[in-house]
Amino acid sequence: MHLVTCKEFLQELNDFLDEGLDPKLRQELERHVNECPNCWVLCNTTEKTLKVFKGMEPQKVPPAVEARLMAALEKKMRAKGCATVKKADA
Amino acid sequence: MSTSTVSPGFDEAALVARAKAGDADAFSELVTQYDRRVFRMAKQITQNEEDAEDVLQETFLKAYSHLDDFQGNSRFYTWLVRIAVNEALMKLRKRRSDKTVPLDEPIDTGEDEMVREVAVWDENPEQKYSRDELAEILDQAVQSLKPAYRTVFVLRDIEELSIEETAEALNLSISAVKSRLLRARLQLREKLTRQFKRKGDDAFGYL
Repeated sequence: MHLVTCKEFLQELNDFLDEGLDPKLRQELERHVNECPNCWVLCNTTEKTLKVFKGMEPQKVPPAVEARLMAALEKKMRAKGCATVKKADA
Repeated sequence: MSTSTVSPGFDEAALVARAKAGDADAFSELVTQYDRRVFRMAKQITQNEEDAEDVLQETFLKAYSHLDDFQGNSRFYTWLVRIAVNEALMKLRKRRSDKTVPLDEPIDTGEDEMVREVAVWDENPEQKYSRDELAEILDQAVQSLKPAYRTVFVLRDIEELSIEETAEALNLSISAVKSRLLRARLQLREKLTRQFKRKGDDAFGYL
């Protein structure tokens, strides 16, 4: 089995985290990450970084901004001959 | 793509079909479904509230005007993101006084500087902060990235587009997306580690 270096591990880190790798390479990387404390911390904290970002729900669009958008859309729809737009209540 | 932010019972394809047939309510439902995500993405790319408001408006107006051009080859949301990214990048370019096109910045591929801080984090560090404090920390971290990295990260890891969709939206090669994404992730990891690392557990302290 090929022994993965830290540099190689770093190059494959994205795919390792995104689960898009061929099983053999994944196995080699897993072996490296389990034996190399530095790469283990690197991988673990990168994974947590992504998790914390993905955990953030987008905040509501400010009502005034949404009202401006809906008004502009309504105007456009009227021009196109559509029925009136229902006010979005996000 | 994750469906975690999509309301239960939301049928994108059916709404798009109704909107295309001229149903205004269907289109406003699509707006309600996606406006906060488009707005967040616009804020993150432009780093400017006022620009983000314009981007939000322009995106949905354009989407409405060009609805007939949407062939359904991709998800409607991906199509919407592509419009929003173009609008946001135009704003970004307009604001930059040095006239550098942000996505064409030379990418430094030196790897040695990518990893400096190696320290384990607290268990669930995010729970130590209020929602607003955490949002502030994350926003500042994203803001510190160069636009070329930031845009890729926002599309791939926040809006959860695939690598292929991100490449298509930004008109970049798959390998460019991958290398920028790695760079962005590592830089953010570095910033957040400074914030979230376990107390007394300084670099290499655990060894």
